[in-house]
Amino acid sequence: MTAKVLELEDIVVTHRRSGGPAVQAVRGVSLSVAPGQVVGLVGESGCGKSSLARVACGIHAPTSGSVRFEGAPLEPLRMRQRPAADRKLQMVFQNPYASLSPRRTIASQLLDGASEPIPREQRSAEVSRLLELVGLDPAAGSRYPSQFSGGQRQRLAIARALAAKPSLVVADEPVTALDAFSSAQIVQLLQSLVRELGMGMLFISHDLSLVRAIADETAVMYAGEIVERGPSEQLWEQPTHPYTKTLIAAIPEIGPVKKLPGLDEDLTEPAAADAGAAATNGASA
Amino acid sequence: MTILPSDRVAVSRASRFRRDRLRVGGSLGTGSFWRPLTVVSLGIIVLWCLLAAFAPWVAPYDPLETVGDNLQPPSGAHWMGTDDLGRDVLSRLIWGSRLSLPLAVAIVACSLLVGGIVGLAAGYFGKAVDNVAMRLADLVLAFPQIILAMAVAAAFGPSVGNAVLALVIVSWPLYARIIRSSVLSVREQEYVVAGRLLGLPTLRSIVKDVIPNSAGPALVMSTIELGNAILMLAALSFLGLGPRPPAAEWGAMIALGSQNLGNWWVSLFPGLAILTIVMAFNLLGDAIQDHLDPRSRNARTR
Repeated sequence: MTAKVLELEDIVVTHRRSGGPAVQAVRGVSLSVAPGQVVGLVGESGCGKSSLARVACGIHAPTSGSVRFEGAPLEPLRMRQRPAADRKLQMVFQNPYASLSPRRTIASQLLDGASEPIPREQRSAEVSRLLELVGLDPAAGSRYPSQFSGGQRQRLAIARALAAKPSLVVADEPVTALDAFSSAQIVQLLQSLVRELGMGMLFISHDLSLVRAIADETAVMYAGEIVERGPSEQLWEQPTHPYTKTLIAAIPEIGPVKKLPGLDEDLTEPAAADAGAAATNGASA
Repeated sequence: MTILPSDRVAVSRASRFRRDRLRVGGSLGTGSFWRPLTVVSLGIIVLWCLLAAFAPWVAPYDPLETVGDNLQPPSGAHWMGTDDLGRDVLSRLIWGSRLSLPLAVAIVACSLLVGGIVGLAAGYFGKAVDNVAMRLADLVLAFPQIILAMAVAAAFGPSVGNAVLALVIVSWPLYARIIRSSVLSVREQEYVVAGRLLGLPTLRSIVKDVIPNSAGPALVMSTIELGNAILMLAALSFLGLGPRPPAAEWGAMIALGSQNLGNWWVSLFPGLAILTIVMAFNLLGDAIQDHLDPRSRNARTR
């Protein structure tokens, strides 16, 4: 346990709501990430993944429990500037359309993460380096985010996080907002970056097949708790917890039988089937 | 949060400006912005600005001197007639724009500055700062704007500076509310959080990410408020709480004529001046608002 980059111990996150009972989003989760390791965190919407991610990244303080980053306790983000040591912990957000300011050039936003002020003449070189790292046109620095597609913006957001030379990246559903093709590309990019730069990654997703492709180790979260954890392949081949089995069964498959993943009911009752067929025909026409 | 009556006022005003976040500065070159009404109102504003700028050369007479008989109806020599001291109404009207326009700009700029700083602090820091600032704003918004402005101006004594001060005091809360609400949402945006995670200091984060992305609605509103400022300034000076006589101010000129409406030209022309410029600013503000609001823009043909 000594060489972990990130250690979460017994994290509890409770969201207080005015005029309602408090919601316990995360109930005592312990998780750790080793350098160069990709840990996947899967679970359905509302199971506390994002709450955990925000705590793991230091955006919010946990209600109780401790977060240690590179051996030192992680200070939650306050009004003060974030300490330099903590900046090696970065986050990639879910929505690529919200993670870049629409009013600043790409170059200006990428340079936010520079640990010390970069002399003027080296700035464009640094921007090109970061853009190349994520497979974008190195000359794109003078453009604005609105000139990029969703997948490209997610690459930019990743480049922005990389500017701080992170040792760990928390990726909170980084491909959920993207189509299957772009998301595959982004996953591939993250995978190669992890290998190239030797950083750790906490990859959060609701998509078990994606996590299987990228993570060395997978943790399954359900209702605020981690119910199963193990090497990805093993978890995939021999799931022990019933919820994991449900998750695996819920992966959409293209087959001859019409059914919605995750629902056991047989949907092929005549009226529904006709409506479904009509919809498919309409879509393909 | 309980909804105070003053909240409702601000919200109903604010909600018109909040919809699109901020594409002020986007190009006005295309689309539906250049509709006839917009062009006309822009033309009126430009015309008034030119009149104000070149008043000494455009105005036929000295606005403060007696240049003819008292209370002459409009004629070839005096297009808009003369007032009870024999001063040329047209000249006074043109010189009056030199007071109204710059003062309106000053009022809006100061309110925007004060309201912007308060709203920014309230939205960004939240908690106690927010509570104190917003209750203060409620306090001001609880009174009808013009009545509070009258009270403040009367308390300070009638003068140009005090009238401006009074109007700034009554109008900053509007801007504070609008900016607070947009800062509240912008502050939680992922790009702001990401910037902070990357180590941007608070002040730089505010200047680079928060302000540019939350200023839009307030800027749009200030266009409309320019008209309102002219109107309220005229109202104050109508009541004798604005620039001191014999200064040529539109509100004061209307007051002068209002004692005897038989001499209709004394009041009518300054009234028309106020009407045209206020309407022009309102229409322009609406046009900018429409242009920036993607929903209303899509409703029109592109």
